[in-house]
Amino acid sequence: MSEQREENIDYMTDARPIAVGDNEPGCKKRDPIVVAENVTRSFGGINAVDVEYLEIPRHKITALIGPNGAGKTTLFNLLTGFDNPNSGKWQFEGQSIAGVSPYKVARMGMVRTFQLTKVMGKLTVLENMRLGASDQPGERLSKALFKGVWGSREKEITAQANVLLEKFKLDAKRDDYAASLSGGQRKLLEMARSLMVRPKLVMLDEPMAGVNPALTQSLLDHIKNLKSEGMTVLFVEHDMNMVRHIADWVVVMAEGKIVAEGPPGEVMKNPAVIDAYLGAHHDVDLGDAEGIRELEAELEADEESVVGTQDAGIIAKDHVVSGLDKKDGK
Amino acid sequence: MDFAAILSNAIGELISPTTAAYALAALGLAVHFGYSGLLNFGQAGFMAVGAYGFAVSTLTFNAPFFVALLIAVVAAALFALILGIPTLRLRADYLAIVTIAAAEIVRYLVTTNGWTAVTGSANGLAAFEGGFFEMNPFPPGSYPLGMNNRDFFIRIVGWALVIVAGILVWLLMRSPWGRVLKGIREDENAVRSLGKNVYAYKMQALIIGGVLGALAGMIFTLPRGAIQPANYGTELTFFLWTCLLLGGMATVLGPVIGAMMFWVVLSLTQGVLSGLIESGTITWLTTIQAGQLRFILVGVALMLLMIFRPQGVFGNKKELAFA
Repeated sequence: MSEQREENIDYMTDARPIAVGDNEPGCKKRDPIVVAENVTRSFGGINAVDVEYLEIPRHKITALIGPNGAGKTTLFNLLTGFDNPNSGKWQFEGQSIAGVSPYKVARMGMVRTFQLTKVMGKLTVLENMRLGASDQPGERLSKALFKGVWGSREKEITAQANVLLEKFKLDAKRDDYAASLSGGQRKLLEMARSLMVRPKLVMLDEPMAGVNPALTQSLLDHIKNLKSEGMTVLFVEHDMNMVRHIADWVVVMAEGKIVAEGPPGEVMKNPAVIDAYLGAHHDVDLGDAEGIRELEAELEADEESVVGTQDAGIIAKDHVVSGLDKKDGK
Repeated sequence: MDFAAILSNAIGELISPTTAAYALAALGLAVHFGYSGLLNFGQAGFMAVGAYGFAVSTLTFNAPFFVALLIAVVAAALFALILGIPTLRLRADYLAIVTIAAAEIVRYLVTTNGWTAVTGSANGLAAFEGGFFEMNPFPPGSYPLGMNNRDFFIRIVGWALVIVAGILVWLLMRSPWGRVLKGIREDENAVRSLGKNVYAYKMQALIIGGVLGALAGMIFTLPRGAIQPANYGTELTFFLWTCLLLGGMATVLGPVIGAMMFWVVLSLTQGVLSGLIESGTITWLTTIQAGQLRFILVGVALMLLMIFRPQGVFGNKKELAFA
């Protein structure tokens, strides 16, 4: 009977609890897609990654956050086979993929992007996209010479690529060399290209770095929509706004270890996370007069702050708030 | 100065079998470097493997022509495999170091005195081309540009091979297979992350380019009827790179036209310089020095080309504009 319910579930609105039991570091998930155990990697004397137990929930968007050097990207590299751990085992959809080479991991449906964007500069945007597609018989040397064998699949791939390019607003750049794209556009191209593989799990390493605010919004919607197509997303990001908006689950790393896990609202109130990563006033939006007033009130009550004293200078309340009110047209 | 003779010499070089061999070997380099980003500095080694593979199997084992040809091709493929297995997992520069060393190893091996009976040591081998010229369908007589029927036959075969190889490479590179190779040239980790077995693609490219080199080695030795290890030194590799860079790296026509330009320019400068020396216009050079000077001129031309037209004659400017 529970099988029946699984099939009819709408992943966009699925509100069932993600974890089994309490939301604590290393907790079990109701339906994990990735399970990692005792994964460690050290560079010299430093333990870059030391993860005791981690499960990534299926059909959810999971954010991996943490300060610089916390081991987020190293964990990405380990899980996808781009780096080899000192110890540990991990599985994807129940199959052990420890020590499996990166291309096989990708073929199984676990596709990643890179923090330092990797696009093929001297291929056109469309060719970049086509390169991502799987099951193209023409990629075999024995069939490459015969266009009749791979031509029809190529048409399907091109159609798939065009749909994605339009979604990511790169359709005007279709025939340009990828090297002529801006940094943000390259991020988009890389993400779109990874979707060409039709992955089950997309792992995005800082997808929003360098993307302009207007585009961020539509990109967030795209990532959210991946869920409705049955995909699972794991992403590393420093933009807390994005984490709050789209993540169903947040995993916090510090010094290689998982220090907290839980839904975004809960994790961001966790004192350990605030100390290690977010900082005390992370939830104030400084672009907004209301937010500033709140922060002012908080800081005035804080004995260590200069706000509210004579030394306040240009951060004095009247100065800042009047400027913002003027901007808002009040 | 006899300009007519200088020009007809240059035209002779344009279609000479040596030029065809250079074109074929440079095409192999284009597959390696231009399309796949594999830095092969040992193409002379592949040519030597092809030439010796053919000559040794003909002379020592009395193999018929096509068997000897097959042995030469298989030997080159094995050579590529041996080079590739340890190095293709590493960064591109390691392949460069290994290939340049491997080509030298091949040259020293065939020069070894202990194997004189098989390889002829420094004197090399001769009289293995009989099987090839027995197949000559052209009757004896005089052919254009003062060729005899043997000259004509080897030119037809050599250039036919260049054309067939060029078409095959062109077909391969416009296919999805070629697209994966070009992706590897740009960033192999990105290609890996998309589920492609980068190692296998690099190996296939190394073998294809190496086999083209081996065929070039045979076209190079057949008209001479002799093979000498000194011909397969590192300078041969660098001449091939010159041809490739002259014409344009990631093109099919580039290496072919590059080889033609290389030999025509060498022939023209030789003709003009020795003409000037003989007529007494230049007194500060001997004919032998002039022979050296033209290679210096080729080097200068290559430098100028790299500065003012880095994509080569046929290269796509856009493919380099952002490099």
